[in-house]
Amino acid sequence: MSGLLRRSYPLAPQRKPISKARPVSRLKILALLPLAVALSGCNYVVLAPAGDIAAQQRDLVIISTVLMLLIVVPVMALTVLFAWRYRQSNTSARYEPEWDHSTKLELVIWSAPLLIIICLGALTWMGTHLLDPYRTLGRIKAEHAVDQSKAPLEVDVVALDWKWLFIYPDYGIATVNDLAAPVDRPINFRITASSVMNSFYIPALAGQIYAMPGMETKLHAVVNHTGTYRGFSANYSGAGFSGMHFNFQGLDDKGFDAWVASAKSAGGSLGRADYLQLEKPSENEPVRRYGTVDSDLYRLILNMCVETGKMCQSEMMAIDSKGGAGHEGLNNTLPLAYDKYARRGTAFGPEPTFVAGTCTPDAPQGKTTASITAPLDTAPLTGAGLKRPTFAPLKSSSFFLGLRPKSDS
Amino acid sequence: MTVAVNPSTTGEPVFYLADEHPHPEGYSTSLGFWIYLMSDCLIFAMLFAAFGVLGANYAAGPAPKDLFELPLVAVNTSMLLLSSITYGFAMLTMQQNKIAQTQMWLAITGLFGLAFIGIELSEFAHMIHEGATPQRSAFLSAFFTLVGTHGLHVSCGLIWLVTLMVQVGKFGLIEANRRRLMCLSMFWHFLDVVWIGVFTFVYLLGVLR
Amino acid sequence: MSPDLLKLIFGRLGIDSLPLHEPILVGTFVMVALGGITLFAGVTYFRLWGYLWREWFTTVDHKRIGIMYMILGIVMLLRGFADALMMRAQQALAFGGSDGFLPSHHYDQVFTAHGVIMIFFVAMPFVTGLMNYVVPLQIGARDVSFPFLNNFSFWMTVGGAVLVMASLFIGEFARTGWLAYPPLSNIGYSPDVGVDYYIWALQVAGVGTTLSGINLICTIVKLRCPGMTMMRMPVFTWTSLCTNILIVASFPVLTVVLALLSLDRYVGTNFFTNDFGGSPMMYVNLIWIWGHPEVYILVLPAFGVFSEVTSTFSGKRLFGYTSMVYATVVITILSYLVWLHHFFTMGSGASVNSFFGITTMIISIPTGAKMFNWLFTMYRGRIRFELPMLWTIAFMLTFVLGGMTGVLLAVPPADFVLHNSLFLIAHFHNVIIGGVVFGAFAGINYWFPKAFGFKLDPFWGKMSFWFWVTGFYMAFMPLYVLGLMGVTRRLRVFDDPSLQIWFVIAAIGAVFVFIGILSMLMQFAVSFLKREQLKDVTGDPWDARTLEWATSSPPPDYNFAFTPVVHDNDAWWDMKKRGYQRPLTGFKPIHMPSSTGTGIILAGLATAMGFGLIWYIWWLAAVSFIAMLAVGIGHTFNYHRDFDIPAEDVIRAEDARTKLLAGAK
Repeated sequence: MSGLLRRSYPLAPQRKPISKARPVSRLKILALLPLAVALSGCNYVVLAPAGDIAAQQRDLVIISTVLMLLIVVPVMALTVLFAWRYRQSNTSARYEPEWDHSTKLELVIWSAPLLIIICLGALTWMGTHLLDPYRTLGRIKAEHAVDQSKAPLEVDVVALDWKWLFIYPDYGIATVNDLAAPVDRPINFRITASSVMNSFYIPALAGQIYAMPGMETKLHAVVNHTGTYRGFSANYSGAGFSGMHFNFQGLDDKGFDAWVASAKSAGGSLGRADYLQLEKPSENEPVRRYGTVDSDLYRLILNMCVETGKMCQSEMMAIDSKGGAGHEGLNNTLPLAYDKYARRGTAFGPEPTFVAGTCTPDAPQGKTTASITAPLDTAPLTGAGLKRPTFAPLKSSSFFLGLRPKSDS
Repeated sequence: MTVAVNPSTTGEPVFYLADEHPHPEGYSTSLGFWIYLMSDCLIFAMLFAAFGVLGANYAAGPAPKDLFELPLVAVNTSMLLLSSITYGFAMLTMQQNKIAQTQMWLAITGLFGLAFIGIELSEFAHMIHEGATPQRSAFLSAFFTLVGTHGLHVSCGLIWLVTLMVQVGKFGLIEANRRRLMCLSMFWHFLDVVWIGVFTFVYLLGVLR
Repeated sequence: MSPDLLKLIFGRLGIDSLPLHEPILVGTFVMVALGGITLFAGVTYFRLWGYLWREWFTTVDHKRIGIMYMILGIVMLLRGFADALMMRAQQALAFGGSDGFLPSHHYDQVFTAHGVIMIFFVAMPFVTGLMNYVVPLQIGARDVSFPFLNNFSFWMTVGGAVLVMASLFIGEFARTGWLAYPPLSNIGYSPDVGVDYYIWALQVAGVGTTLSGINLICTIVKLRCPGMTMMRMPVFTWTSLCTNILIVASFPVLTVVLALLSLDRYVGTNFFTNDFGGSPMMYVNLIWIWGHPEVYILVLPAFGVFSEVTSTFSGKRLFGYTSMVYATVVITILSYLVWLHHFFTMGSGASVNSFFGITTMIISIPTGAKMFNWLFTMYRGRIRFELPMLWTIAFMLTFVLGGMTGVLLAVPPADFVLHNSLFLIAHFHNVIIGGVVFGAFAGINYWFPKAFGFKLDPFWGKMSFWFWVTGFYMAFMPLYVLGLMGVTRRLRVFDDPSLQIWFVIAAIGAVFVFIGILSMLMQFAVSFLKREQLKDVTGDPWDARTLEWATSSPPPDYNFAFTPVVHDNDAWWDMKKRGYQRPLTGFKPIHMPSSTGTGIILAGLATAMGFGLIWYIWWLAAVSFIAMLAVGIGHTFNYHRDFDIPAEDVIRAEDARTKLLAGAK
């Protein structure tokens, strides 16, 4: 069995021991000791990640666990102890059938968990703000601040049925099921999906975030060690879900340039028509690379208007924010229909006899829309991330929907 | 034996009641019906919440100001408010044991309710005819569902009302029927309160938006 | 016949809707059909139909309805567990290029059905069954407030279960996961009947659950016997009250959210669509506003069971009754303030996430207090390790682990790395099995002698216990490990061979649990055969403390010949201590509700309506709806729903008990 356990993970990164990943306090080393013994040989990627964000999340996992063990271990020990000591056959133990109250004990049993939760709550408040996936990175790794002169790597991620599309806007390339990034350079992911909800997750790099159609989520992360790691969808999305994974490569700068070059030389281009082909459901897709990519493609995907004749969400929302398009807009539904089969099989839905759009989203139709320029950033899930952890009062709408309040930057 | 445990004679604690004391029939009904109304209230709360979230998503289609005819809705509102008042009269006459008058007020309440449903249906038909169907936008979906659910409740209330009128006619104002009239009364006023919310948040604020 | 006519009659139901091409399903169907025919033939041969109809199907007796809930739970447990075994087998086999034995079309249904069945048709019936049986007895009442509604609620739950079971052989079940998130569950991406089965099964059962919640709240508030103030109610009754408040305050949300989803699917509205301004995120919010309280709906009554059991088998008053009650109430309220922790990863701001994270952690404070209260109830007690107590101790050791990983998942940054992973799966099985299922088993072993007049066999009970507990740890500890390796849930195939060993261990664990379940069935059978040896004539086999033990086992239809009067929290303990003498004369006629078949008929019609709606058989839906209305209204014309048990019958029953008690001495 140990042989099986020790069989190495094919994608396993060549990693230094955990304790050297970043300076760890004495407490953490103590906590890690038993784990390190148990974990040697297995790829506990969540506990031994390669990216600074995931490493900090790991630290939080461990600190919280230790904090809770402070109370969990005594409770378990006392359970066993009391069960044994006060067993019926042990007549030497005290028996007080009427003893049912002790104010002192009550104080202890309410305040002990309370104290732990106060510590944990403080930790949570800070950790959640510091590790907010929308927050731009302040450091590359422990004691290495971000070099502001170096631009972060921008990657646009689209979850398709059932594969991942990655667009590198700065390099004009795109890939399917293949992601690479240079080590120690911050990566800004903008994430959306084409049809259903997925979750973008590379355990070695950073925590996950949902990928949702028509909406954008963000993730800021950095990879600190070269290697090949696994990424996948962490939210069930239909038949091909199991095959919806990709390799994420942490490369040194040279390696990354070579990777970009190879993608460029792969030829192939991803335009709107190609995307519509690619978007069709397929399972277990191999890696694909596109040397050129329509620079506007990601915006169109996010706004669900890659298909010509569709009205972009941003445009629709701009019209809505001005009070809708009135009766004139009533029949203009085909440009809006996105869930391609949405009305298929609907028992009582109307017959699709709508006026089709006659112009492209870039040159929207009709006088009502021509004068409107869509705001740059109207997707529901936007926000440039917090500069620093400050308390933002909860707006009722954001509270309810889990939307973040629009940041003013 | 039973006397022996009676405290008045011995001072011993009593561990059971010697006399059967059945709870009167319908002892829990008003509480139960109240709790039911609260759960129904939650249904409306969720529909209001859905309307609150989706109410401005016109999908480049018509907005409330393009669709709602406030005077008609005002008439409709008055129908329902008046029906609540006439139901109140029905309850008053029921207290005085006047079967014929109770029936009359119930019938008037029913007519007002019917008028309400009629006006609402014609409003819906008009909107759908124009093309403002529930399928057109999330706003319209939420609107039709919220208002339609209320209308469905009123329709159920009408069926219940007719049933009760038959039962009062057949069995008179017996205790069970009084209790049922009481429950329907709470139901009817509850729908009235919900409608005030609908009128304010959906129609008035919608047109103002 | 013309296709149009066929479509009119059968909707979208056709020969190809039957899964004849799936050997596993055909085999299952043959087995189920054989079993069903045997059962049917047996009942007919022994002429039991009349008995079953009169004494069980139409009964309004809370005790029999409670027992029927438990039977429903056990039957559905077998189905849900078969799904679990298939999943564990699939995941243990599908390595190294192997595709396992389940195609995704089938596997995705299996994990969805497993979740739905285990929550709605196993855990809920167990919990509702225990409450139904025990609460009226504990508060010294004759029945629940609305006995007819109780019968109707039960049959609606059965109706939902029937629809889920029908999906196995007619059509298919949802392939969406147990909460059916749109857009995946919307008509564009799930055009088949699966999600419709899901919706209507839950809607039909949900009506039953809500009504039974209202019923039990009224019962507890209105029908307590004299002397039983709120702060003298047994803790199980308290937790039941809170659970039912949660039911009434959360199931309507589920009703609405499923209704909106069905409008999207049937009418083409835009609540949860991607386009036309719909918001799938609203679904996620709404369903969890129901979904989180649901967790506490399940676990609170289990906490109540553990409180009763610990105090009884420690031979001691419950430590900290008041703080126990307040803890329960606090949990009830807080359970509405935490729903967002199920989707920290949906892009909420850090402040929102930490708010919900911290409220979640706060729930662990009253829960922790409860744990300590049980602990100090054992302290200076005389603990008898009977089966209910064994389950309780297993619960205490298991649940703290599950609670700990739960609080860990409530830390948003930790959740980002563990969300949707097998760590999460391990966590909620850890609390639901360790809490709810162990609680249900403790309750079954504890109250079985009350319900049937004989104890459950301890040998097979211990077999079941040890197999369950070791099986549970073997099945779910590997999942914690796999979660830390970054393995996500609902995967059908794997290509990393180093993971396989963990899945194999988990599968063996599942087999252990299966043996545990079989042992439990064996326990029932053996106990029935040895019922004379295991007989309890006292009505109080455990030397217990609360009122339900004051009456005979099984209790008479009317529960108590005289309405009890309560002076203490542990009413029966107090009565025993102060030399209570059972009254032997002075019996009077007792007013009781009469049985009615309306409940089962209405629920049958509702199920037929659901089936019609699922398959677009509009005439069936319309006819059953109108029939339902007619039967319902017809029922209100029946003003005579009660009868009196004559005093002679009461005297006969009580005299029989007097003889039994005399014989026992």
